[in-house]
Amino acid sequence: MTTATASAPSGAPSDATSGLGAGAPRRGIAGKIVDRLGSGAVQVVMVILGLFWLVPTLGLMVVSLRTNQVNSAEGWWTIFTKPAELTITSYKNLLSGGFSASFWNTVLITVPTTVLVIGIAAMAAYAFAWMEFPGRDTAFLVVVGLLIVPIQIALIPIAVLYGNVGIFGSIPGVVLFHVAFGLPFAIFLLRNFFVGIPASLLEAARMDGASEWKIFASVVFPLGKPAIASLGIFQFLWVWNDMLIALVFADTGNQPMTKYLQSQMRQFGSNMDILSSGAFLSLIIPLILFFAFQRYFVQGMMSGSVK
Amino acid sequence: MTERLDGPKVPPATTAGGAATGPADTPPKKRRLGPSPAVAIAFLLPAALLLGIWVVYPIVYSIIRSLFDAKGSGFVGLGNYATIFTDGGMLTTIRNNLIWVVVAPIIVTTIGLIFAVLTERIKWATAFKLIVFMPMAVSLMAAGVIFRLVYEQSPDKGLANAILTTVHDTFSSSQGYPEARPREGDQSPVADQGGAVVTKQPAQAGQPVLIPIVGVKPAVMPANAAPAKAPQPGNALSGVVWFDFTAGGGGTSGQVDGTEKGLPGMTVEAVRGDEVAGTATTAEDGSFRFEGLPAGSYTVRLPKANFEAAYGGLSWLGPTLITPAIIGAFVWVWAGFAMVLLAAGLAAIPRDALEAARMDGATEWQVFRRITVPLLSPVLLVVFVTMIINTLKVFDLVFIIAPASVQPQANVVALEMWRVSFGGGNNQGLGSALAIFLLVLVLPFMIMNIRRFRRENT
Repeated sequence: MTTATASAPSGAPSDATSGLGAGAPRRGIAGKIVDRLGSGAVQVVMVILGLFWLVPTLGLMVVSLRTNQVNSAEGWWTIFTKPAELTITSYKNLLSGGFSASFWNTVLITVPTTVLVIGIAAMAAYAFAWMEFPGRDTAFLVVVGLLIVPIQIALIPIAVLYGNVGIFGSIPGVVLFHVAFGLPFAIFLLRNFFVGIPASLLEAARMDGASEWKIFASVVFPLGKPAIASLGIFQFLWVWNDMLIALVFADTGNQPMTKYLQSQMRQFGSNMDILSSGAFLSLIIPLILFFAFQRYFVQGMMSGSVK
Repeated sequence: MTERLDGPKVPPATTAGGAATGPADTPPKKRRLGPSPAVAIAFLLPAALLLGIWVVYPIVYSIIRSLFDAKGSGFVGLGNYATIFTDGGMLTTIRNNLIWVVVAPIIVTTIGLIFAVLTERIKWATAFKLIVFMPMAVSLMAAGVIFRLVYEQSPDKGLANAILTTVHDTFSSSQGYPEARPREGDQSPVADQGGAVVTKQPAQAGQPVLIPIVGVKPAVMPANAAPAKAPQPGNALSGVVWFDFTAGGGGTSGQVDGTEKGLPGMTVEAVRGDEVAGTATTAEDGSFRFEGLPAGSYTVRLPKANFEAAYGGLSWLGPTLITPAIIGAFVWVWAGFAMVLLAAGLAAIPRDALEAARMDGATEWQVFRRITVPLLSPVLLVVFVTMIINTLKVFDLVFIIAPASVQPQANVVALEMWRVSFGGGNNQGLGSALAIFLLVLVLPFMIMNIRRFRRENT
């Protein structure tokens, strides 16, 4: 499900660091009044739009904090007139069911995938950026091409393969699938970053007779930290939020949260407690990561990819 | 922590992967001390193996598998592809994908552009961007649950219909009383006339008009209905509309008894000849009064609309609206992406060009249309293409938001691929053909990416 465009938005001259508020030109008093009124209207419109984006998630949170009986009788917004109705019953029900196990499965899938993608992609990216070998440019173009291959293409072949090898349904199977489909973007991102490392640093290290592995581990990898952070957060969120790969490759004992919650969708009304609290818990960690590492998140996205 | 969503201050060239060390177009050509190709191969090997086995081999496998039947033993040639383009359900699926590809990218890009422009005019731009961008971090599964709640049919539970009915009722105040009817009989002062209720005798000011109604369902009885009370006869035409039914029996038909409730929100018309001379709405106790009506006798009428069901909003999750409804959720998820990219692009536009145009007397719209948009077109293209690719692959949102019974009408190729291969269809030949179909759809963008990369790196 990685969607990537092979180029960061380019054509951006670097002299545009000036402030933004300075957009409107100076005018007479009448003009200023018009601006002021216009700006008031803009403020109102933006508040409304902001609410459109904020309120649905807020609704989920309130629903998760009320009982099924209350939720089936009235909308969550009545909370503003009846604040006493809040309860954590839904969360208790959720955690006493199969959710806790699926939460750990999500962690067991996400963390190894992220580590593996970073390690394997960084090595390949270093080779693409700083080593000469025949067919290098063509091989990298293949990586660029693979950026947007739909994962649907691999579901059936890999399911058959896993069946033959005997890892169908297992966590390692899910992890390997994620790693492989995370690699094109990861290699692309890191190679573009590594290319910018000053050649003098590497040449000095090579002159000193350092091995390639040493250079990679002690020069390139540390210098690449900003890009690796972007990649890491992206990869983490992508795998954490995945549902399709889990639906196909994780059996019930190894299923992550997304698959567990999906299996509860059929009785949407009666499972509202589990679904709302589960969905809310599943999005808490991505939201914390997002707010904490927002800068890397946006960087990763800007450099040409989205989940 | 907020510097990036504050992004306009950072030109995209340095936000990109190249970061501070510069863009990717400085090819390391003049290296002398390179390792041997064998070392390079060793560094590439893990990635090459994974990509070879999990990505490249499946493409070849799927092409071959798509030429065989469900079991994988019988060769059917292009039969599976023929099924894609002839089967009725499949055609709905393809039609839906077409709607997605045409509609969703345009909406997302437009909204992203509007947001990017508007955020330049508010002081709390960073907070706004954080809010709009937030859904990007949330799983599509969770976004699906969020929108299942928003689209609930009942206006008492679903936010979308709650807003719609509130807006609707603001402009059209009639409270619906479906299946309510006038008390029939010779004694009754009113009669049914083609769905409307009219008084049998002409009414004048000074004598309250009694309109007894029966058959009001408890479910539609408004919570604010107060005990009915006929208004004091004044010099205006007035009266009362009430539920002529005393709970537990008792009470006299056609008379306002102590506990009987008024029917608020009824539209009442005073009719003379064929013309409506005045309109009033009943109060909580069911009373109404026509102010400023010329003296004389009128027929008092409760129009048919009073007895139709109240407006209940739209059935978002029904077969007709399901795809637009899911596209709405998609826009909610992706608008932040478009906005952040476009805001960074906007920040990179040289201020001089805009100022010069304004000096020459161009209006803000002309500046936007003739300068901003053309200068922004590379970023607009990136956003647009990314959205096209995303809509082609859309899966989670449809799977989660569309109720099981409506999934055939909401179906898209990526979902159908999963369904026929794993979700009960058990036809991996057809599934492979659908996967190849998806691959063919993204192929032009793959080629576009490769071309652009070559152009920018030579």
